[in-house]
Amino acid sequence: MTDEPLVLGIETSCDETGVGIVRGTTLLADALASSVDLHARFGGVVPEVASRAHLEAMVPTMQRALDEAGVTLADVDAIAVTAGPGLAGALLVGVAAAKGYAIAAEKPVYGVNHLAAHVAVDTLEHGPLPEPAIALLVSGGHSSLLLVDDLAGGVVPLGSTIDDAAGEAFDKVARLLGMPFPGGPPIDRAAREGQATIAFPRGLTAAKDQAAHRFDFSFSGLKTAVARWVEARERAGEPVPVNDVAASFQDAVCDVLTAKAIDACRQNGVETLVIGGGVAANSRLRAMAEERAAKVGITVRVPRPKLCTDNGAMVAALGSHLVAAGVRPSRLDLPADSAMPLTLVSV
Amino acid sequence: MHIVLVLVLDTSTPAVTAAVADVTSTGQAVTAELRAVDGRAHGELMAPEIDQVLRQTGATVRDLRAIVAGTGPGPFTGLRVGLVTAASMGQTLGIPVYGVCSLDALGGVPGQVTLVATDARRREVYWALYDPTGTRIDGPHVDLPEVAAERAAAATVAVGDGALKYADRIGLKVLDEPRYPMVDAFVRLAADRVRGNAPGEPLTPLYLRRPDAVAAGGHKPVLR
Ligand SMILES: [Zn+2]
Repeated sequence: MTDEPLVLGIETSCDETGVGIVRGTTLLADALASSVDLHARFGGVVPEVASRAHLEAMVPTMQRALDEAGVTLADVDAIAVTAGPGLAGALLVGVAAAKGYAIAAEKPVYGVNHLAAHVAVDTLEHGPLPEPAIALLVSGGHSSLLLVDDLAGGVVPLGSTIDDAAGEAFDKVARLLGMPFPGGPPIDRAAREGQATIAFPRGLTAAKDQAAHRFDFSFSGLKTAVARWVEARERAGEPVPVNDVAASFQDAVCDVLTAKAIDACRQNGVETLVIGGGVAANSRLRAMAEERAAKVGITVRVPRPKLCTDNGAMVAALGSHLVAAGVRPSRLDLPADSAMPLTLVSV
Repeated sequence: MHIVLVLVLDTSTPAVTAAVADVTSTGQAVTAELRAVDGRAHGELMAPEIDQVLRQTGATVRDLRAIVAGTGPGPFTGLRVGLVTAASMGQTLGIPVYGVCSLDALGGVPGQVTLVATDARRREVYWALYDPTGTRIDGPHVDLPEVAAERAAAATVAVGDGALKYADRIGLKVLDEPRYPMVDAFVRLAADRVRGNAPGEPLTPLYLRRPDAVAAGGHKPVLR
């Protein structure tokens, strides 16, 4: 027996229906239903398709999580749910479901921030997070650098993308190279067979960008540069060295991400860097971050790939942290907030 | 007399409805009902309404024996709120959930052929046609109001917020009430299943429209 809280987390901010269950920082269940295949032919997530899939998947995914953890909703101490940011209609399915579960099981509900949950999930793998920490969150929907002073109370946004998200750039370049959606895994694979020989631009890294955009990202110019390069080859009737393009593009993204993340650590005197989001599953990003961090005495924490992508466990992990910190639950009228600010960890 | 406590939820229209009703072997009675009208706040309004109707009846959630949910048709985002709430509560409580077409709960006017039409946005209506006994004889469909009126040419009267909104284009006498699906109708339409303790059903939303999804084409050339 333990008196650590048993917390259930529900995630529906994009195309993954996730239900996770944790006790304290111990992961008991992580059930996931993905609608990714339904979006593949559109080259990106179609909000209404995702929302419909969430409604269909909610009850069975919940059941799988409960069975996997060997608990019932009556055993749970609190229910956490992603309240934002994310796709409005998709979020709403999870938030309404969480309230239904909470009312029926007579439990408190916590509406939590998806990005903070991406940080909190690392506690399931590596234990309590040293604070302050810097978090680099990179996925198809977000690219953010955060200063985490107090995971229960507030997160300070340092910078984010000013155009495309990092994962979006992977998807677009993959499409350009004739690879399937989502683009992260096929580019990672192709890059391992290639050489990063092409000098693609590193967005917002010039000296002139330091003042206004020191910790911001831009991947739109990179994507365009790759497109131009590939097109020029095609027009010249020359073969496109797909693996080299993938490796060069991937290096450009990872170079900027890791350089800025480590700069943020040093500027804030922080010794821990947490990386999360789907792009954190990228092998080059992990390797480059670890190599660069080691040189300056910074510890990198990256949860295993399944915890990096969107899932219910991350929401449960943050919920558990909030319960342990004595944070008040949300009210039953809590809204889904597609633009939920980072300064709100829970509502 | 054996009384079964039923929760009714419907979010198929701007009216966000939660109610508690008693179903007995011979009848039914709505004991508490809340309805806020706000087409953009289904997610915020639904759960507090459930909490309040339960308080008003002095019942706890554990006293519920069945849930009846309106399956639409209705605007997608709002409609899903009621359905996922009903499904999650039914799963937690281990009680059956029954779906009822929300247009049926607006019902037919006795003795008339009734066109029931709710607002489908995008200048269209969700509609169905009912014979003088209240049996649905056509629909549910989604169409422009004048198309609905043409397809429902046998109708002698129309009801529903969609019929009211487009009264001039429907060309029928439109009653002021009912405007939205009615709780007692939901209970009546599910009463036999409640009394028979019929197995619960997966709640299938009546979307009637395919999702807006534009397939992304090949990349646009950037060199000119
Ligand atoms: Zn995410």
